[in-house]
Amino acid sequence: MLAYLVRRLLYALPILIGVNLITFALFFVVNTPDDMARMQLGVKRVTPEAIERWKAERGYDRPLFINQAASGSAIFTDTIFFTKSVRMFAGDFGRAEDGRDIAREITTRMGPSLAIALPTFILGLLVTVSFALLLTFFRASYLDFWGVVLCVAMMSISGLFYIIGGQYLVSKIWKLVPISGYGGGLDAWKFLILPVVIGVVSGIGSSTRWYRTIFIEEISKDYVRTARAKGLSEVTVLFRHVLRNAMIPILTGVVVVIPLLFMGSLLTESFFGIPGLGSYTIDAINAQDFAVVRAMVFIGSVLYIFGLILTDLSYTFVDPRIRFN
Amino acid sequence: MPFLPVILWSDVLIWLLLVGAIALGVLSARKPLLAAAWRRVGRSRAGMASATLLIAFVVVGLLDSIHYRPRLEHSAGQGAAGSEQQATVYAVEVLSLLDSILSSLRTRNEKTYSEPLATRAHAKESIEVRDADGQLRQSRDYPRLKYGGAHLGADEARRDADIGERVLRATGIALLAWWALAATTAAALARRAGCPHREAWRRIWRNESDFAWNAVLAAIAGLLLLASPLALLAVDYHVFGTDKVGQDVLYQVLKSVRTALVIGLVTTLVMLPLSILLGVIAGYFRGWVDDLIQYLYTTLSSIPGVLLIAAAVLMMQVVIDTHPQWFATAAERADLRLLALCFILGVTSWTGLCRLLRGEALKLRELEYIQAAQAFGVSDLRIIARHILPNLMHIVIIALVMDFSSLVLAEAVLSYVGIGVDPTMISFGTMINNARLELAREPMVWWSLAAAFVFMFTLVLAANLLADAVRDAFDPRLAGSA
Repeated sequence: MLAYLVRRLLYALPILIGVNLITFALFFVVNTPDDMARMQLGVKRVTPEAIERWKAERGYDRPLFINQAASGSAIFTDTIFFTKSVRMFAGDFGRAEDGRDIAREITTRMGPSLAIALPTFILGLLVTVSFALLLTFFRASYLDFWGVVLCVAMMSISGLFYIIGGQYLVSKIWKLVPISGYGGGLDAWKFLILPVVIGVVSGIGSSTRWYRTIFIEEISKDYVRTARAKGLSEVTVLFRHVLRNAMIPILTGVVVVIPLLFMGSLLTESFFGIPGLGSYTIDAINAQDFAVVRAMVFIGSVLYIFGLILTDLSYTFVDPRIRFN
Repeated sequence: MPFLPVILWSDVLIWLLLVGAIALGVLSARKPLLAAAWRRVGRSRAGMASATLLIAFVVVGLLDSIHYRPRLEHSAGQGAAGSEQQATVYAVEVLSLLDSILSSLRTRNEKTYSEPLATRAHAKESIEVRDADGQLRQSRDYPRLKYGGAHLGADEARRDADIGERVLRATGIALLAWWALAATTAAALARRAGCPHREAWRRIWRNESDFAWNAVLAAIAGLLLLASPLALLAVDYHVFGTDKVGQDVLYQVLKSVRTALVIGLVTTLVMLPLSILLGVIAGYFRGWVDDLIQYLYTTLSSIPGVLLIAAAVLMMQVVIDTHPQWFATAAERADLRLLALCFILGVTSWTGLCRLLRGEALKLRELEYIQAAQAFGVSDLRIIARHILPNLMHIVIIALVMDFSSLVLAEAVLSYVGIGVDPTMISFGTMINNARLELAREPMVWWSLAAAFVFMFTLVLAANLLADAVRDAFDPRLAGSA
């Protein structure tokens, strides 16, 4: 088990280097650091000296990937790519364009992001799995048919509609909760409840249908027939046998996203004015702040790889036959 | 020439896709297994009704994919002698065939918001009114629209009667047209089956034919009943109202269709070759090739999609901004950004299909008939082309139709975030983005949002239903249960 974990972690390294390479290629193949400087400085203050100063301040005054002027290992180490990525691995993301420390921003913004994402995730999972079990229980009946129709209709509605419509109905017409904003402490629930409910509702359509397909496939297997034949009730069959055996495909889709919850949701956070990582990313995108976008890409991929490892580990808990060696 | 044809890259790709779809159709007709699967799709009523709807959308999109620049009229003052030496000048504005069909919708812009079918503006304004003494007086009132209901003149009270009359007339036309179409279909079927007309009619509606004609005819009925009143009313009213700058909302939603189709279809053009080629090669050859390709797609899929898209689109925008000499018109610039978006969406979404195809190819290569082919010394290339690819087709087709709807939905979200299509390009995303603050206005402006959401919902729902029908028909695992 330990050997497996170590191997997976070692395998993550080249992937992270690859991720960094891709982001760097994206940033610098089409744009030189000069272009970036010109864009950040604006049209008025662009002089060759200003550009050079901007580049020197931010460490962009080196060659991109290969430093031909240097000797020895410095050919590769004294480059923008090396200096910028090695710092990322050490958790040092540098400063955003407005001069703030990115790592610090990220740690303070993680809380609000999790406060939205975690309840949405758990509630959503509970609601959709229960709906899917309900539809499976009443399979091939009118309830099942119209349930699936409803799911397809719900997944055809744009996520933007759920948010805009929900805000309009609940906050503007019924005036139950504030439209947007965020408060610390116990008052936070007022701001959290609407985004969480909307997040759950907008996920119902596609998830329920997906889980229903898994359950229906499982229910046509031989062991289910055996379970019924020995006289178990349909409810027992569903919960004790089908649900447990359907865990593997469900976990495959679900566990990967758990670490990504830290990243927050771009849409929800920006609509509801929640100062989380999602809105941080959107603001960075709109301000064309490359340092922040690059940091978020890096963190996102670390979390994704972590999620993959977590998924594999979770298999051993639901299926004792799976062993890693 | 009265116009200068403009060929945008996305136009080329859209028409290429049409050719590709026709080729796929011809190919499937010759392969008995594929043909049987498509016939199963044809029997699905939900699938065929949504296919009819989608075809209507595609026709709108195709009409909007033939672009040209109209020639500018010479001003009269320059005289006849001057005009001969003058080079012909074309407008910078790029129009499409759809624009010229809808030219009355496109050009009749009001000042600002107006409600659907309104004759007066949405907000009060200071207007000058001549009172009984013939004096001009300032008063605050809802000003009369320039075009909306202009044919009524001063007789605004007649509006409801006029609308009712038009709807009735349009319904009559729609019913007549539908009846003619249905009768022709029945007659054609009767001739092909060699049975009496009445018998063919009965087969259609009792669902006894091999093709879900009843669903197609019902969908056409619905379409005609909606489209013909719309068309008749749109001549003199703004059926869905006007937006902030007074543009007709109906025109905007029709233009959005093409953007949605390009995003949904061209993306697959980027995605398919990548995922088929790499997936099959990885699964078939295994070894270090497999490792390399697995590394590639794990790396790409571990970058959060939105961020990769954001980074790429931002970069593209910088390139576009720094090279204004590449583009003769604003439309070409917006088109390049649209293509860049399609490209990057394709790059982020090929990994899923690639993994699927790799797994399937791994399974297939161990089967006896492929082992036998290898033993006979058939070349790898030939084995892949003859034995592996045809057996993967169903996965590809299912993935194609499944991806379309999610891409259309993604476009709206991305445009909202600011990393979608060019802000000057009309799309569902930009419409929603422009209108998102309108619900907070007093009195509320709802029609722009509603029209965008309803059209997008219809398009995505139809695509989802067709995708389900295709999946049920092509997925061998579902063959028994469905």
